Amino acid sequence: MCGIAGLIHRGKSSNVGSELQGMLQALKHRGEDSTGYALYGDTDGKNFIMRFKVGENVGEGSSSVMEDVSVYDERKKVVDETLDEMGAKIVKEERVLPYSLRYEIDYNTKDLLDFSQRIESIPGVEILSMGKSLEVIKDLGNAKMVCDRYSLDKLVGTHAIGHARMATESGVDIKSAHPFWGYPFSDVSVVHNGQLTNYWNNRRALENKGMRFMSECDSELIAVYIAQKMREGASLEEGMKESLTGLDGVFTYFVATKDSLGMAKDTMAAKPLVLYESDELVAMGSEEIAIRSVLPQEIDTYDPFDGEVKVWQI
Amino acid sequence: MANLKTTEKKSKSQSMGMHTEVLTGRTQQKFFNPDEAENFYYFGTYDVDFNKRTDLDVKNMTAPEANKEIDNLMSQGYGTIVIKNPQGKHSLGVGILNKLNLIFEGSLGYFGMGSCDGPIVRINGRVGWSCAENLMAGKVVIEKNAGSCFGAAIRGGDLICKGSVGARTGIDMKGGTIIIGGDAGAFTGFMMQRGRIIILGDVGINLGDSMYDGTIFVGGEIGSYGSDAIDAELTKNDQDWLKRKLKVAEIGESFDLSKMKKIVAGKKLWNYDNLEPTEKKGAI
Repeated sequence: MCGIAGLIHRGKSSNVGSELQGMLQALKHRGEDSTGYALYGDTDGKNFIMRFKVGENVGEGSSSVMEDVSVYDERKKVVDETLDEMGAKIVKEERVLPYSLRYEIDYNTKDLLDFSQRIESIPGVEILSMGKSLEVIKDLGNAKMVCDRYSLDKLVGTHAIGHARMATESGVDIKSAHPFWGYPFSDVSVVHNGQLTNYWNNRRALENKGMRFMSECDSELIAVYIAQKMREGASLEEGMKESLTGLDGVFTYFVATKDSLGMAKDTMAAKPLVLYESDELVAMGSEEIAIRSVLPQEIDTYDPFDGEVKVWQI
Repeated sequence: MANLKTTEKKSKSQSMGMHTEVLTGRTQQKFFNPDEAENFYYFGTYDVDFNKRTDLDVKNMTAPEANKEIDNLMSQGYGTIVIKNPQGKHSLGVGILNKLNLIFEGSLGYFGMGSCDGPIVRINGRVGWSCAENLMAGKVVIEKNAGSCFGAAIRGGDLICKGSVGARTGIDMKGGTIIIGGDAGAFTGFMMQRGRIIILGDVGINLGDSMYDGTIFVGGEIGSYGSDAIDAELTKNDQDWLKRKLKVAEIGESFDLSKMKKIVAGKKLWNYDNLEPTEKKGAI
Protein backbone atom coordinates (compact mmCIF):
# COMPACT_ATOMS: atom_id res chain seq x y z
CA MET A 1 0.00 0.00 0.00
CA CYS A 2 2.58 2.61 1.19
CA GLY A 3 1.94 6.15 2.32
CA ILE A 4 3.60 9.38 1.28
CA ALA A 5 3.62 12.80 2.89
CA GLY A 6 5.21 16.15 2.19
CA LEU A 7 5.11 19.75 3.26
CA ILE A 8 6.67 23.03 2.25
CA HIS A 9 6.79 26.23 4.28
CA ARG A 10 6.75 29.29 2.09
CA GLY A 11 8.81 32.21 3.30
CA LYS A 12 9.94 30.68 6.58
CA SER A 13 11.58 27.69 8.20
CA SER A 14 10.10 25.26 10.67
CA ASN A 15 10.84 22.06 12.51
CA VAL A 16 10.25 19.93 9.40
CA GLY A 17 11.87 16.83 10.93
CA SER A 18 9.33 16.66 13.72
CA GLU A 19 6.43 17.68 11.46
CA LEU A 20 7.18 15.00 8.88
CA GLN A 21 7.62 12.41 11.62
CA GLY A 22 4.09 13.19 12.82
CA MET A 23 2.69 12.96 9.30
CA LEU A 24 4.38 9.65 8.51
CA GLN A 25 3.55 8.13 11.87
CA ALA A 26 -0.13 8.90 11.17
CA LEU A 27 0.28 6.81 8.00
CA LYS A 28 2.10 3.89 9.61
CA HIS A 29 -0.87 1.56 9.00
CA ARG A 30 -0.07 1.91 5.28
CA GLY A 31 3.26 0.20 5.85
CA GLU A 32 6.02 0.15 8.39
CA ASP A 33 8.56 -2.11 6.74
CA SER A 34 10.70 0.96 6.32
CA THR A 35 10.34 4.72 6.59
CA GLY A 36 12.30 7.40 4.82
CA TYR A 37 12.75 11.14 5.13
CA ALA A 38 14.08 13.68 2.64
CA LEU A 39 14.66 16.80 4.70
CA TYR A 40 15.73 20.16 3.30
CA GLY A 41 17.49 21.81 6.21
CA ASP A 42 18.69 25.34 6.78
CA THR A 43 22.39 25.44 5.91
CA ASP A 44 24.91 28.07 4.86
CA GLY A 45 25.05 26.40 1.44
CA LYS A 46 28.84 26.22 1.37
CA ASN A 47 29.40 22.51 1.84
CA PHE A 48 27.85 19.40 0.37
CA ILE A 49 26.06 17.08 2.77
CA MET A 50 26.52 13.45 1.83
CA ARG A 51 24.39 10.78 3.48
CA PHE A 52 25.64 7.34 2.59
CA LYS A 53 25.65 3.77 3.81
CA VAL A 54 28.45 1.24 3.94
CA GLY A 55 26.22 -1.73 4.70
CA GLU A 56 22.60 -2.87 4.86
CA ASN A 57 19.96 -3.26 7.50
CA VAL A 58 18.48 -6.47 6.16
CA GLY A 59 14.82 -7.43 6.48
CA GLU A 60 12.51 -9.97 4.87
CA GLY A 61 13.10 -10.78 1.20
CA SER A 62 16.23 -8.69 0.89
CA SER A 63 18.91 -9.79 -1.55
CA SER A 64 21.53 -8.26 0.76
CA VAL A 65 23.22 -9.95 3.71
CA MET A 66 24.14 -8.74 7.17
CA GLU A 67 27.86 -8.12 7.53
CA ASP A 68 30.31 -7.62 10.34
CA VAL A 69 30.98 -4.08 11.56
CA SER A 70 34.66 -4.54 10.63
CA VAL A 71 33.56 -4.69 6.97
CA TYR A 72 31.81 -1.34 7.39
CA ASP A 73 34.96 0.12 8.96
CA GLU A 74 37.03 -1.03 6.01
CA ARG A 75 34.60 0.49 3.48
CA LYS A 76 34.50 3.77 5.37
CA LYS A 77 38.25 3.90 5.24
CA VAL A 78 38.21 3.43 1.45
CA VAL A 79 35.56 6.17 1.09
CA ASP A 80 37.76 8.56 3.11
CA GLU A 81 40.76 7.76 0.93
CA THR A 82 38.75 8.24 -2.28
CA LEU A 83 37.45 11.60 -1.10
CA ASP A 84 40.98 12.64 -0.30
CA GLU A 85 42.15 11.59 -3.78
CA MET A 86 39.37 13.71 -5.36
CA GLY A 87 40.32 16.74 -3.29
CA ALA A 88 37.12 16.63 -1.23
CA LYS A 89 37.74 17.75 2.33
CA ILE A 90 35.61 16.26 5.10
CA VAL A 91 34.55 19.21 7.27
CA LYS A 92 32.31 17.27 9.62
CA GLU A 93 31.73 13.58 10.12
CA GLU A 94 28.92 11.76 11.92
CA ARG A 95 28.55 8.01 12.16
CA VAL A 96 24.92 7.75 13.19
CA LEU A 97 24.84 3.95 13.01
CA PRO A 98 27.62 1.48 12.13
CA TYR A 99 26.37 1.32 8.53
CA SER A 100 25.04 4.87 8.12
CA LEU A 101 27.13 8.02 7.86
CA ARG A 102 26.73 11.75 7.33
CA TYR A 103 29.61 13.83 5.95
CA GLU A 104 29.83 17.55 5.35
CA ILE A 105 32.25 17.97 2.47
CA ASP A 106 34.07 20.96 1.11
CA TYR A 107 34.18 20.10 -2.59
CA ASN A 108 33.97 22.42 -5.54
CA THR A 109 32.08 20.84 -8.44
CA LYS A 110 28.87 21.25 -10.37
CA ASP A 111 28.94 17.76 -11.83
CA LEU A 112 28.26 15.12 -9.25
CA LEU A 113 28.21 12.28 -11.75
CA ASP A 114 31.93 11.56 -11.68
CA PHE A 115 32.06 12.10 -7.92
CA SER A 116 29.15 9.69 -7.29
CA GLN A 117 30.47 7.05 -9.66
CA ARG A 118 33.82 6.97 -7.89
CA ILE A 119 32.30 6.71 -4.43
CA GLU A 120 29.79 4.07 -5.46
CA SER A 121 32.45 2.05 -7.27
CA ILE A 122 33.48 0.97 -3.76
CA PRO A 123 31.61 -2.32 -3.18
CA GLY A 124 28.81 -2.05 -0.62
CA VAL A 125 28.76 1.76 -0.61
CA GLU A 126 25.67 3.71 -1.69
CA ILE A 127 25.12 7.44 -1.56
CA LEU A 128 21.63 8.05 -0.15
CA SER A 129 21.71 11.75 -0.93
CA MET A 130 24.02 14.51 -1.99
CA GLY A 131 23.27 18.19 -1.86
CA LYS A 132 23.74 21.53 -0.16
CA SER A 133 20.47 21.20 1.73
CA LEU A 134 18.99 17.72 1.17
CA GLU A 135 19.47 14.87 3.62
CA VAL A 136 17.88 11.48 2.89
CA ILE A 137 17.51 9.27 5.93
CA LYS A 138 15.84 5.88 5.57
CA ASP A 139 15.84 2.70 7.55
CA LEU A 140 13.65 -0.19 8.66
CA GLY A 141 10.73 0.45 11.00
CA ASN A 142 8.03 3.06 11.38
CA ALA A 143 8.45 6.84 11.33
CA LYS A 144 9.01 7.26 15.04
CA MET A 145 11.56 4.46 15.22
CA VAL A 146 13.61 5.94 12.37
CA CYS A 147 13.24 9.48 13.70
CA ASP A 148 14.45 8.44 17.16
CA ARG A 149 17.29 6.33 15.74
CA TYR A 150 18.62 9.24 13.67
CA SER A 151 17.54 12.13 15.98
CA LEU A 152 15.61 13.89 13.24
CA ASP A 153 13.05 15.68 15.38
CA LYS A 154 15.24 18.75 15.84
CA LEU A 155 15.96 19.36 12.16
CA VAL A 156 14.87 22.81 11.01
CA GLY A 157 14.24 23.54 7.35
CA THR A 158 11.81 24.69 4.71
CA HIS A 159 10.39 21.51 3.22
CA ALA A 160 10.41 17.74 3.38
CA ILE A 161 8.96 14.62 1.80
CA GLY A 162 8.70 11.15 3.26
CA HIS A 163 7.50 7.62 2.76
CA ALA A 164 6.06 4.82 4.88
CA ARG A 165 6.69 1.59 2.98
CA MET A 166 4.88 -1.69 2.72
CA ALA A 167 7.32 -3.72 0.64
CA THR A 168 5.69 -5.36 -2.38
CA GLU A 169 8.02 -5.06 -5.37
CA SER A 170 11.32 -5.74 -3.66
CA GLY A 171 12.83 -6.76 -0.35
CA VAL A 172 12.83 -5.04 3.01
CA ASP A 173 16.11 -3.18 3.18
CA ILE A 174 17.49 0.34 3.01
CA LYS A 175 18.41 0.24 -0.67
CA SER A 176 14.77 -0.40 -1.64
CA ALA A 177 13.36 2.16 0.79
CA HIS A 178 12.22 5.61 -0.27
CA PRO A 179 13.00 8.47 -0.77
CA PHE A 180 15.31 8.04 -3.74
CA TRP A 181 17.94 10.57 -4.55
CA GLY A 182 17.65 12.04 -8.07
CA TYR A 183 21.17 10.86 -8.92
CA PRO A 184 23.36 12.65 -9.94
CA PHE A 185 21.53 15.91 -9.30
CA SER A 186 22.25 17.84 -6.14
CA ASP A 187 19.27 18.18 -3.78
CA VAL A 188 16.69 16.19 -5.80
CA SER A 189 14.59 13.50 -4.08
CA VAL A 190 11.51 11.42 -4.90
CA VAL A 191 8.87 9.42 -3.02
CA HIS A 192 6.21 7.33 -4.72
CA ASN A 193 3.04 5.42 -3.95
CA GLY A 194 1.90 2.98 -6.62
CA GLN A 195 3.20 0.49 -9.15
CA LEU A 196 5.00 1.12 -12.42
CA THR A 197 4.36 -1.46 -15.13
CA ASN A 198 6.96 -0.40 -17.68
CA TYR A 199 9.81 -0.38 -15.19
CA TRP A 200 12.16 -2.75 -17.03
CA ASN A 201 11.70 -1.15 -20.45
CA ASN A 202 12.46 2.28 -19.02
CA ARG A 203 15.29 0.98 -16.86
CA ARG A 204 17.10 -0.60 -19.81
CA ALA A 205 16.71 2.55 -21.88
CA LEU A 206 17.97 4.78 -19.08
CA GLU A 207 20.89 2.50 -18.23
CA ASN A 208 21.92 2.69 -21.87
CA LYS A 209 22.07 6.46 -21.39
CA GLY A 210 24.44 6.06 -18.44
CA MET A 211 21.97 6.40 -15.58
CA ARG A 212 22.43 4.22 -12.49
CA PHE A 213 19.95 2.07 -10.54
CA MET A 214 20.85 0.87 -7.07
CA SER A 215 17.76 -1.20 -6.24
CA GLU A 216 15.10 -3.26 -7.98
CA CYS A 217 12.35 -1.08 -6.58
CA ASP A 218 10.14 0.31 -9.37
CA SER A 219 9.86 3.65 -7.59
CA GLU A 220 13.54 4.35 -8.17
CA LEU A 221 12.66 4.68 -11.85
CA ILE A 222 10.81 7.93 -11.18
CA ALA A 223 13.87 9.56 -9.65
CA VAL A 224 16.08 8.38 -12.50
CA TYR A 225 13.49 9.30 -15.15
CA ILE A 226 13.09 12.85 -13.83
CA ALA A 227 16.85 13.23 -13.42
CA GLN A 228 17.39 12.17 -17.04
CA LYS A 229 14.78 14.67 -18.25
CA MET A 230 16.55 17.40 -16.30
CA ARG A 231 19.87 16.31 -17.78
CA GLU A 232 18.32 16.81 -21.20
CA GLY A 233 17.38 20.36 -20.25
CA ALA A 234 13.81 20.04 -19.01
CA SER A 235 12.62 21.90 -15.94
CA LEU A 236 11.35 19.92 -12.97
CA GLU A 237 7.75 20.62 -13.91
CA GLU A 238 8.32 19.70 -17.56
CA GLY A 239 9.96 16.44 -16.55
CA MET A 240 7.07 15.61 -14.25
CA LYS A 241 4.51 16.33 -16.97
CA GLU A 242 6.35 14.08 -19.39
CA SER A 243 6.33 11.32 -16.80
CA LEU A 244 2.53 11.13 -16.99
CA THR A 245 2.84 9.49 -20.40
CA GLY A 246 6.38 8.09 -20.13
CA LEU A 247 5.62 6.08 -17.01
CA ASP A 248 2.91 3.44 -17.18
CA GLY A 249 0.98 2.26 -14.15
CA VAL A 250 -0.69 3.84 -11.17
CA PHE A 251 1.16 6.40 -9.16
CA THR A 252 1.17 9.47 -7.02
CA TYR A 253 4.62 10.83 -6.39
CA PHE A 254 6.40 13.85 -4.92
CA VAL A 255 9.65 15.39 -6.12
CA ALA A 256 11.58 17.94 -4.11
CA THR A 257 14.51 20.15 -5.04
CA LYS A 258 16.46 22.67 -3.02
CA ASP A 259 13.76 25.30 -3.34
CA SER A 260 10.63 23.53 -4.61
CA LEU A 261 8.21 20.70 -4.04
CA GLY A 262 6.07 19.03 -6.69
CA MET A 263 3.37 16.39 -6.98
CA ALA A 264 2.11 14.31 -9.89
CA LYS A 265 -0.85 12.00 -10.17
CA ASP A 266 -1.36 9.41 -12.90
CA THR A 267 -4.14 9.67 -15.47
CA MET A 268 -6.23 6.99 -13.74
CA ALA A 269 -6.10 8.80 -10.37
CA ALA A 270 -5.82 5.37 -8.81
CA LYS A 271 -3.63 6.37 -5.90
CA PRO A 272 -4.81 8.69 -3.16
CA LEU A 273 -3.61 12.16 -2.32
CA VAL A 274 -5.11 14.84 -0.12
CA LEU A 275 -3.81 18.36 -0.42
CA TYR A 276 -3.91 21.47 1.73
CA GLU A 277 -2.65 24.69 0.18
CA SER A 278 -2.26 28.17 1.65
CA ASP A 279 0.08 31.13 1.14
CA GLU A 280 2.23 29.99 4.06
CA LEU A 281 2.12 26.22 3.89
CA VAL A 282 1.40 23.33 1.53
CA ALA A 283 0.88 19.96 3.18
CA MET A 284 -0.11 16.75 1.43
CA GLY A 285 -0.36 13.09 2.14
CA SER A 286 -1.98 9.83 1.17
CA GLU A 287 -4.62 10.42 3.82
CA GLU A 288 -6.06 13.44 5.55
CA ILE A 289 -4.94 12.24 8.97
CA ALA A 290 -1.36 12.95 7.91
CA ILE A 291 -2.22 16.60 7.33
CA ARG A 292 -4.20 16.70 10.59
CA SER A 293 -1.05 15.88 12.53
CA VAL A 294 0.36 19.32 11.62
CA LEU A 295 -2.94 21.20 11.14
CA PRO A 296 -5.46 19.94 13.70
CA GLN A 297 -7.80 22.88 13.15
CA GLU A 298 -10.57 22.72 10.55
CA ILE A 299 -9.10 23.43 7.10
CA ASP A 300 -10.08 23.06 3.46
CA THR A 301 -8.46 20.13 1.70
CA TYR A 302 -9.05 18.49 -1.66
CA ASP A 303 -7.99 15.60 -3.88
CA PRO A 304 -5.99 16.65 -6.96
CA PHE A 305 -7.53 15.28 -10.15
CA ASP A 306 -6.14 12.69 -12.56
CA GLY A 307 -3.10 13.74 -14.57
CA GLU A 308 -2.45 16.74 -12.36
CA VAL A 309 1.03 18.15 -11.79
CA LYS A 310 1.72 20.94 -9.31
CA VAL A 311 4.96 22.57 -8.17
CA TRP A 312 5.42 25.02 -5.29
CA GLN A 313 8.40 27.20 -4.43
CA ILE A 314 9.63 27.97 -0.89
CA MET B 1 -38.20 -18.12 -19.18
CA ALA B 2 -41.51 -19.68 -18.27
CA ASN B 3 -44.46 -17.99 -16.58
CA LEU B 4 -43.17 -14.49 -17.10
CA LYS B 5 -45.43 -11.85 -18.51
CA THR B 6 -43.93 -9.42 -20.96
CA THR B 7 -45.17 -5.87 -20.93
CA GLU B 8 -44.42 -3.17 -23.43
CA LYS B 9 -45.67 -0.37 -21.21
CA LYS B 10 -42.99 2.17 -20.49
CA SER B 11 -42.86 3.64 -17.04
CA LYS B 12 -41.93 7.22 -16.23
CA SER B 13 -38.64 6.04 -14.77
CA GLN B 14 -37.83 4.35 -18.06
CA SER B 15 -38.56 7.50 -20.01
CA MET B 16 -36.09 9.31 -17.75
CA GLY B 17 -33.48 6.69 -18.51
CA MET B 18 -33.22 5.45 -14.94
CA HIS B 19 -33.49 1.98 -16.38
CA THR B 20 -34.19 1.11 -19.97
CA GLU B 21 -35.16 -2.52 -20.03
CA VAL B 22 -38.74 -3.62 -19.44
CA LEU B 23 -38.91 -5.41 -16.10
CA THR B 24 -40.74 -8.70 -16.29
CA GLY B 25 -41.81 -11.50 -13.99
CA ARG B 26 -42.39 -11.41 -10.26
CA THR B 27 -40.57 -8.47 -8.80
CA GLN B 28 -38.18 -8.88 -5.92
CA GLN B 29 -38.90 -5.32 -4.88
CA LYS B 30 -40.80 -4.85 -1.63
CA PHE B 31 -43.17 -1.95 -1.34
CA PHE B 32 -43.71 -0.09 1.88
CA ASN B 33 -46.93 -0.82 3.71
CA PRO B 34 -47.60 1.42 6.75
CA ASP B 35 -49.43 -1.45 8.45
CA GLU B 36 -46.26 -3.45 8.40
CA ALA B 37 -43.99 -0.61 9.47
CA GLU B 38 -42.50 -2.57 12.35
CA ASN B 39 -41.20 -5.13 9.88
CA PHE B 40 -39.02 -2.50 8.28
CA TYR B 41 -36.86 -1.98 11.34
CA TYR B 42 -33.66 -3.88 11.67
CA PHE B 43 -33.22 -6.08 14.69
CA GLY B 44 -31.44 -4.20 17.43
CA THR B 45 -32.25 -0.67 16.21
CA TYR B 46 -33.49 1.98 18.57
CA ASP B 47 -36.49 4.22 18.92
CA VAL B 48 -34.85 7.63 19.01
CA ASP B 49 -36.18 11.15 19.57
CA PHE B 50 -34.82 13.77 17.14
CA ASN B 51 -35.38 16.45 19.79
CA LYS B 52 -33.07 14.68 22.20
CA ARG B 53 -29.65 16.07 21.30
CA THR B 54 -26.12 15.56 22.56
CA ASP B 55 -22.49 16.27 21.63
CA LEU B 56 -19.75 13.66 21.34
CA ASP B 57 -16.07 14.70 21.26
CA VAL B 58 -14.11 11.94 19.47
CA LYS B 59 -10.72 13.65 19.55
CA ASN B 60 -9.16 11.03 21.79
CA MET B 61 -11.21 8.08 20.58
CA THR B 62 -10.43 5.45 17.99
CA ALA B 63 -13.00 4.91 15.25
CA PRO B 64 -14.42 1.72 16.86
CA GLU B 65 -14.73 3.52 20.20
CA ALA B 66 -16.50 6.48 18.56
CA ASN B 67 -18.88 4.23 16.60
CA LYS B 68 -19.68 2.22 19.72
CA GLU B 69 -20.45 5.42 21.60
CA ILE B 70 -22.79 6.61 18.82
CA ASP B 71 -24.60 3.29 19.16
CA ASN B 72 -24.71 3.70 22.93
CA LEU B 73 -26.23 7.20 22.61
CA MET B 74 -28.87 5.92 20.20
CA SER B 75 -29.74 3.20 22.70
CA GLN B 76 -30.43 6.00 25.19
CA GLY B 77 -32.87 7.57 22.74
CA TYR B 78 -30.70 10.39 21.41
CA GLY B 79 -31.90 11.21 17.90
CA THR B 80 -29.56 14.11 17.18
CA ILE B 81 -25.86 13.62 17.78
CA VAL B 82 -23.17 16.21 17.04
CA ILE B 83 -19.68 14.76 16.59
CA LYS B 84 -16.87 17.12 17.57
CA ASN B 85 -13.23 16.87 16.42
CA PRO B 86 -13.43 13.99 13.93
CA GLN B 87 -10.03 15.19 12.62
CA GLY B 88 -9.97 13.09 9.47
CA LYS B 89 -10.39 9.76 11.26
CA HIS B 90 -11.35 6.80 9.09
CA SER B 91 -14.53 4.72 9.26
CA LEU B 92 -16.56 7.05 11.44
CA GLY B 93 -20.34 6.57 11.48
CA VAL B 94 -20.30 3.23 9.69
CA GLY B 95 -23.08 0.67 9.85
CA ILE B 96 -25.84 2.87 11.26
CA LEU B 97 -29.12 1.11 10.43
CA ASN B 98 -31.28 3.58 12.29
CA LYS B 99 -33.07 6.84 11.81
CA LEU B 100 -30.79 9.49 13.26
CA ASN B 101 -29.69 13.08 12.79
CA LEU B 102 -25.92 12.97 12.76
CA ILE B 103 -23.77 16.08 12.41
CA PHE B 104 -19.99 16.05 12.07
CA GLU B 105 -18.23 19.28 13.02
CA GLY B 106 -15.13 18.64 10.92
CA SER B 107 -13.69 16.34 8.28
CA LEU B 108 -13.73 12.55 7.94
CA GLY B 109 -11.14 10.19 6.50
CA TYR B 110 -11.78 7.05 4.48
CA PHE B 111 -15.01 5.01 4.52
CA GLY B 112 -17.00 7.59 6.49
CA MET B 113 -20.70 6.68 6.82
CA GLY B 114 -20.15 3.36 5.04
CA SER B 115 -22.89 0.71 4.92
CA CYS B 116 -25.60 2.90 6.45
CA ASP B 117 -29.34 2.61 6.11
CA GLY B 118 -31.51 5.47 7.23
CA PRO B 119 -29.60 8.29 8.96
CA ILE B 120 -29.65 11.94 7.93
CA VAL B 121 -26.05 13.13 8.06
CA ARG B 122 -24.42 16.51 7.63
CA ILE B 123 -20.63 16.73 7.49
CA ASN B 124 -19.33 20.25 7.99
CA GLY B 125 -15.98 19.43 6.43
CA ARG B 126 -14.40 17.18 3.85
CA VAL B 127 -14.56 13.40 3.41
CA GLY B 128 -11.89 10.99 2.21
CA TRP B 129 -12.17 8.03 -0.15
CA SER B 130 -15.27 5.84 -0.34
CA CYS B 131 -17.66 8.04 1.60
CA ALA B 132 -21.08 6.42 2.19
CA GLU B 133 -20.10 3.25 0.37
CA ASN B 134 -23.07 0.86 0.15
CA LEU B 135 -25.54 3.45 1.43
CA MET B 136 -29.03 1.90 1.41
CA ALA B 137 -31.23 4.83 2.44
CA GLY B 138 -31.00 8.21 4.13
CA LYS B 139 -29.23 11.40 3.22
CA VAL B 140 -25.58 12.39 3.56
CA VAL B 141 -24.56 15.99 2.89
CA ILE B 142 -20.91 17.05 2.67
CA GLU B 143 -20.30 20.78 2.89
CA LYS B 144 -16.77 20.73 1.39
CA ASN B 145 -14.90 18.39 -0.98
CA ALA B 146 -14.84 14.60 -1.19
CA GLY B 147 -12.20 12.05 -2.19
CA SER B 148 -12.36 9.30 -4.79
CA CYS B 149 -14.91 6.47 -4.96
CA PHE B 150 -17.56 8.80 -3.54
CA GLY B 151 -20.78 6.80 -3.14
CA ALA B 152 -19.29 3.54 -4.37
CA ALA B 153 -21.92 0.81 -4.78
CA ILE B 154 -24.74 2.76 -3.13
CA ARG B 155 -28.18 1.19 -3.39
CA GLY B 156 -30.33 4.12 -2.37
CA GLY B 157 -30.53 7.41 -0.54
CA ASP B 158 -29.20 10.83 -1.45
CA LEU B 159 -25.49 11.58 -1.31
CA ILE B 160 -24.66 15.25 -1.76
CA CYS B 161 -21.26 16.93 -1.97
CA LYS B 162 -21.35 20.71 -2.24
CA GLY B 163 -17.70 20.88 -3.33
CA SER B 164 -15.71 18.79 -5.80
CA VAL B 165 -15.11 15.05 -5.75
CA GLY B 166 -12.26 12.78 -6.87
CA ALA B 167 -12.21 9.92 -9.38
CA ARG B 168 -14.63 6.99 -9.78
CA THR B 169 -17.60 8.71 -8.18
CA GLY B 170 -20.58 6.35 -8.10
CA ILE B 171 -18.54 3.35 -9.20
CA ASP B 172 -20.75 0.26 -9.30
CA MET B 173 -23.75 2.16 -7.88
CA LYS B 174 -27.01 0.28 -7.95
CA GLY B 175 -29.50 2.96 -6.98
CA GLY B 176 -29.94 6.26 -5.19
CA THR B 177 -28.78 9.71 -6.22
CA ILE B 178 -25.39 11.38 -6.05
CA ILE B 179 -25.31 15.17 -6.41
CA ILE B 180 -22.07 17.11 -6.87
CA GLY B 181 -22.00 20.89 -6.63
CA GLY B 182 -18.50 21.25 -8.10
CA ASP B 183 -16.35 19.17 -10.43
CA ALA B 184 -15.84 15.40 -10.58
CA GLY B 185 -12.75 13.39 -11.55
CA ALA B 186 -12.07 10.62 -14.05
CA PHE B 187 -14.20 7.49 -14.46
CA THR B 188 -17.29 9.02 -12.87
CA GLY B 189 -20.13 6.49 -13.00
CA PHE B 190 -17.74 3.65 -13.83
CA MET B 191 -19.76 0.42 -14.18
CA MET B 192 -22.86 1.97 -12.61
CA GLN B 193 -25.91 -0.23 -12.82
CA ARG B 194 -28.77 1.95 -11.58
CA GLY B 195 -29.34 5.33 -10.00
CA ARG B 196 -28.54 8.87 -11.00
CA ILE B 197 -25.55 11.15 -10.74
CA ILE B 198 -25.81 14.92 -11.06
CA ILE B 199 -22.68 17.01 -11.54
CA LEU B 200 -23.09 20.74 -11.83
CA GLY B 201 -19.46 21.39 -12.73
CA ASP B 202 -16.97 19.76 -15.09
CA VAL B 203 -16.20 16.07 -15.16
CA GLY B 204 -12.96 14.25 -16.10
CA ILE B 205 -12.13 11.61 -18.66
CA ASN B 206 -13.98 8.34 -19.28
CA LEU B 207 -17.34 9.46 -17.97
CA GLY B 208 -19.74 6.55 -17.48
CA ASP B 209 -17.22 3.99 -18.66
CA SER B 210 -18.83 0.54 -19.04
CA MET B 211 -22.05 1.67 -17.40
CA TYR B 212 -24.84 -0.90 -17.53
CA ASP B 213 -27.69 1.46 -16.83
CA GLY B 214 -28.61 4.56 -14.86
CA THR B 215 -28.33 8.21 -15.78
CA ILE B 216 -25.66 10.87 -15.43
CA PHE B 217 -26.43 14.59 -15.72
CA VAL B 218 -23.53 16.99 -16.30
CA GLY B 219 -23.74 20.76 -16.16
CA GLY B 220 -20.19 21.59 -17.24
CA GLU B 221 -17.56 20.27 -19.62
CA ILE B 222 -16.95 16.55 -20.12
CA GLY B 223 -13.31 15.41 -20.40
CA SER B 224 -14.27 12.39 -22.51
CA TYR B 225 -16.90 9.70 -22.69
CA GLY B 226 -16.11 6.18 -21.52
CA SER B 227 -16.93 2.98 -23.37
CA ASP B 228 -20.61 2.70 -24.16
CA ALA B 229 -21.62 6.02 -22.56
CA ILE B 230 -23.79 8.05 -24.92
CA ASP B 231 -25.77 11.27 -24.94
CA ALA B 232 -29.53 11.14 -24.48
CA GLU B 233 -32.26 13.72 -24.85
CA LEU B 234 -32.93 15.84 -21.78
CA THR B 235 -36.71 15.74 -21.37
CA LYS B 236 -39.14 17.94 -19.49
CA ASN B 237 -39.52 15.12 -16.96
CA ASP B 238 -35.77 15.19 -16.39
CA GLN B 239 -35.70 18.92 -15.84
CA ASP B 240 -38.60 18.80 -13.40
CA TRP B 241 -36.95 16.04 -11.45
CA LEU B 242 -33.57 17.82 -11.44
CA LYS B 243 -35.19 20.99 -10.17
CA ARG B 244 -36.83 19.16 -7.27
CA LYS B 245 -33.70 17.23 -6.43
CA LEU B 246 -31.40 20.26 -6.44
CA LYS B 247 -33.80 22.15 -4.25
CA VAL B 248 -33.75 19.37 -1.68
CA ALA B 249 -29.95 19.27 -1.95
CA GLU B 250 -29.78 23.05 -1.35
CA ILE B 251 -27.39 23.59 -4.26
CA GLY B 252 -27.62 24.88 -7.80
CA GLU B 253 -31.10 26.30 -7.40
CA SER B 254 -30.34 29.02 -9.95
CA PHE B 255 -28.61 26.61 -12.35
CA ASP B 256 -29.87 26.69 -15.94
CA LEU B 257 -31.11 23.11 -16.21
CA SER B 258 -31.67 23.32 -19.95
CA LYS B 259 -27.86 23.28 -20.34
CA MET B 260 -27.56 19.93 -18.60
CA LYS B 261 -26.24 17.02 -20.64
CA LYS B 262 -27.79 13.63 -20.08
CA ILE B 263 -25.63 10.53 -20.44
CA VAL B 264 -26.91 6.97 -20.46
CA ALA B 265 -25.62 3.50 -21.37
CA GLY B 266 -25.47 2.68 -25.06
CA LYS B 267 -26.03 -1.01 -24.19
CA LYS B 268 -23.55 -2.09 -26.83
CA LEU B 269 -21.27 -3.91 -24.43
CA TRP B 270 -23.71 -6.29 -22.85
CA ASN B 271 -26.90 -6.07 -20.87
CA TYR B 272 -26.89 -8.31 -17.87
CA ASP B 273 -30.63 -8.07 -17.20
CA ASN B 274 -31.54 -9.31 -20.66
CA LEU B 275 -29.52 -12.48 -20.37
CA GLU B 276 -31.03 -15.88 -19.66
CA PRO B 277 -29.87 -17.52 -16.38
CA THR B 278 -27.61 -19.92 -18.26
CA GLU B 279 -26.08 -17.01 -20.14
CA LYS B 280 -25.55 -15.13 -16.89
CA LYS B 281 -23.57 -18.05 -15.52
CA GLY B 282 -21.45 -18.05 -18.64
CA ALA B 283 -20.87 -14.32 -18.39
CA ILE B 284 -19.79 -14.60 -14.76
